[in-house]
Amino acid sequence: MGVLSSPLAGSLAVAVAWLAIAVAGLVPAGNAAFARRFAFPLGAAAGVALAAFGLQAAWLPAQTLTLPLGLPDMPFHLRIDPLAGFFLMLLGSVSAGISVYAAGYFREEPSGRLTLINLQYHVFLASMAFVLLADDAYLFMVAWETMALSSYFLVITDHQLPAIRRAGFLYLLIAHLGAIAILLCFGVLHGGRGDYTFDALRAAQLQPAWATVAFLLAFFGFGAKAGMLPLHAWLPEAHPAAPSPVSALMSGVMIKTAIYGMVRVIFDLIGNVRWEWGMVVLAVGGATTLFGVLYALMQHDLKRLLAYHSVENIGIILLGLGMAMVFIGFGHPAAGVLALIAALYHTLNHAVFKGLLFLGAGSILHSTGLRNLNDMGGLIRGMPKTAFYFLIGALAISALPPLNGFVSEWLTFQAALQATILQHGVVRSLLPLFAATLALAGALTAMCFVKVYGIAFLGRPREPADHSPLPHAGDAGRMERYGMAWLAAGCFVLGLFPTSFLLILNRVGVSLTGQGLSEQALAGSGWLWLVPTSAGQASYSPVIFLVVIAAATLLTFLLVRRFYHGRVRFAAPWDCGYPEQTSRMQDTADAFGQPIRHVFGPIYRIERRLPGPDDAEPRYTLKVEDRHWYWLYMPVARAAEFVSSKIALLQQGRISIYLLYSFITLIALLVFVR
Amino acid sequence: MNSAQGIAFQILQSVFVVLAAPLLTGWVNQCRAWLQNRSAPSILLPYYTLAKLFHKDAIFARDASPIFRWTPYILFGCMWLAAGIVPVLATGLPFAPAADIIALVGVFALARMFSALAAMDIGTSFGGLGARREMLIGFLAEPAMLMTLFTAAFISGSTQLTTIVDTLAHREFALYPSLAFAAVAFLMVLLAENARIPIDNPTTHLELTMVHEALILEYSARHLALIEWAVAIKLFAYMTIGIALFLPWGIANAGDWSALPYAFAALAGKLALAGAGLALIEALLAKLRLFLAPEFLSTAFLLAVLGMLTHFLVKG
Repeated sequence: MGVLSSPLAGSLAVAVAWLAIAVAGLVPAGNAAFARRFAFPLGAAAGVALAAFGLQAAWLPAQTLTLPLGLPDMPFHLRIDPLAGFFLMLLGSVSAGISVYAAGYFREEPSGRLTLINLQYHVFLASMAFVLLADDAYLFMVAWETMALSSYFLVITDHQLPAIRRAGFLYLLIAHLGAIAILLCFGVLHGGRGDYTFDALRAAQLQPAWATVAFLLAFFGFGAKAGMLPLHAWLPEAHPAAPSPVSALMSGVMIKTAIYGMVRVIFDLIGNVRWEWGMVVLAVGGATTLFGVLYALMQHDLKRLLAYHSVENIGIILLGLGMAMVFIGFGHPAAGVLALIAALYHTLNHAVFKGLLFLGAGSILHSTGLRNLNDMGGLIRGMPKTAFYFLIGALAISALPPLNGFVSEWLTFQAALQATILQHGVVRSLLPLFAATLALAGALTAMCFVKVYGIAFLGRPREPADHSPLPHAGDAGRMERYGMAWLAAGCFVLGLFPTSFLLILNRVGVSLTGQGLSEQALAGSGWLWLVPTSAGQASYSPVIFLVVIAAATLLTFLLVRRFYHGRVRFAAPWDCGYPEQTSRMQDTADAFGQPIRHVFGPIYRIERRLPGPDDAEPRYTLKVEDRHWYWLYMPVARAAEFVSSKIALLQQGRISIYLLYSFITLIALLVFVR
Repeated sequence: MNSAQGIAFQILQSVFVVLAAPLLTGWVNQCRAWLQNRSAPSILLPYYTLAKLFHKDAIFARDASPIFRWTPYILFGCMWLAAGIVPVLATGLPFAPAADIIALVGVFALARMFSALAAMDIGTSFGGLGARREMLIGFLAEPAMLMTLFTAAFISGSTQLTTIVDTLAHREFALYPSLAFAAVAFLMVLLAENARIPIDNPTTHLELTMVHEALILEYSARHLALIEWAVAIKLFAYMTIGIALFLPWGIANAGDWSALPYAFAALAGKLALAGAGLALIEALLAKLRLFLAPEFLSTAFLLAVLGMLTHFLVKG
């Protein structure tokens, strides 16, 4: 069979190609031009190919392949089915834009560092592809750990800075806590029988209690990687620490592999989903959504802010998954598939717009050296193209029609409105409340991105011209812009033509649950109309929406010009009678968040120091911190330190003592093992 | 109904809403003046103001970016779209299925986002202050609005506004306790979203309290006119959504020309009453402190949720 006719062989070829690019970058060592001119563009081309193979796989029955690699008796098994195909498409298409961007972004990187970045970057991509292709627990864990390690090295690219080393360590720690949970989950599913292929795990008949244990382990393990509450603390530390294309890859794609793992293990391997599990997922998802966006509103570091928004969006995806589990658990697979589609569609959408936003933040960082919003202002004048792409990303993440973020939130709302078919009274009335959480989060996101965009790109530079890099900031380079344009186009395509993706996701739903959307939904859907249930219940046409709004805007403009005039005079802004206004009097990022601090005060840990009335040098300090550090992480860290200090007593440093330990162990073994 | 008739109805309604919206604003101002024992301005005053503004030369701040220039047009386009979705005169309009109630809330959010961005564009302190307050009120009002609409959606089993209105208008008269809760919540959201007392005062220019006026401080001439006009359409749209949800009787079907005069008359009567009611509310209440707005709007949210729960209780 030719490579092109088999998506599995094609995807494998792409993954191997990424590995080859990674290794090839080492050969002409010291030649940074190779990485820039060939490695990253080739990686992008491979990504596009992978997206095509993934798309193809979504329409074909599952394919499997056994590689003659791995341990004796444990060869690597590969499999591609619609679910894997969908995520491969996500990985390929989003990474293509990011790789093109990276080719431009790393143009001033010294060659030694760039060689390493190239190696780790492409190993990272390949390991994600193998996570999605793996069909046995062994290969899955190998790829999973390779992914964690390669991304760890990318995070600590600037390892000279202690803060970045700390962020990297925290990431590694939580990644491994999650990996242990996943490993245990596979152990529970395996139950000491058969082998570790996913087929064998799927066939295992678990008792309900063990199935619940497996679910909790998988939820915890994959949740740690996805950044759900309260395991999110690494995400706002590690994602901003990495170089911007890597941040985009981690926030856009890597945390999505955790969503893939969750869907694969819970819906596919464990099977027989229970609605109680769905309620757990919904509760965690709701909390993650709200906390994520509320903390994002408190940030003034642009990349940290974006990382907190990744936490929020993982929460939104979890809301969709939780609803899917509730519906399927109660025996309504059609509604369950709708919720699952909403969750997976949001996964893809978030990958695209969050990738775009991180790239935009990277371009700002690249051209001004700034990450702190409070130092920015007026960037739209120096960087109009970056500002345009960033605006698209900001509108998309704020779930505004007709862009893509709106579509998936709309689908999630539609899924929540199916609650009337549930028999359980409490669950039925809780589901719309989770929809309300989503509505609140969406509106808060809009506020947050008004803040980001208004403070970074609009207004005037906040620092005086001689101190600030802003007046000299140039626009992003050509390759950077191509990368952003690719993802911005993705925001439009996903927003305007959702039905084609709905049909792909319907295939995923069919392959996981055996059932798809209702007949009326499929009959009513065309390229123009999105109909999730039936035309009478709900429909949405983003294309008509966009055309009408654009036509109305343009018509207004033409009418005003035709009947009146287009005369404009320019003047200084109106100063309300206070002539001493300076650009430092504009809102800062922290000032913009002030109403939120007021309304949601108890959620944050706020330290605020106000100057006294007769301070000679009045200073105002404000520190807003994540409460989870104090009630969860610090006690755990202290307990771990306490335990290890006690265990350290064993370590005496004298060989006679160690021989004594060996002796005692031998005696104990002789007693217990006969 | 053939499609040409439907499109004719659609265009008729959109143009009607755009043209009639300032009249409603004029009527509310007139009623309020009467209630305050002032001699009332002409009901046509908003039209005169718009005409005056259109003829003036626009003044931009030197730093203004394209976002500032385009926002008035985008706002107007958004509101025009809203005027096309809401069943004002007739249900079953051909454009209605393109956007349901969630998309309608999205349109208002889009308009709000752009007006807040435009306010921050010039870089004066008032702009940022207005944007921040506007977004505060926005994120408080949006969930309450969606919950209100969801209650109606649960009753009619659809998120299409036109289907909801059809269901509610052609049912036999019955009391829905859930709708009563939703109506109160909707009224509170309407006051907040349209910058009305007690959340904002449309007539104030006092720095400490203004929200909406702070947003548009930098606009002049035709741009200001477009924004004021868009605000009038927004009020009109909200009022007609409220009428459509809670007092839908008398609305025509698209293409049914004979029912149109009756629909016009019913709408005019209902709007006159609603406008007078709004003026009465504004005359009786005082503006709340900004940080009481969260309490006001979370009350609205809770009422909407109560309405939804009542629906489940009564039905289940």
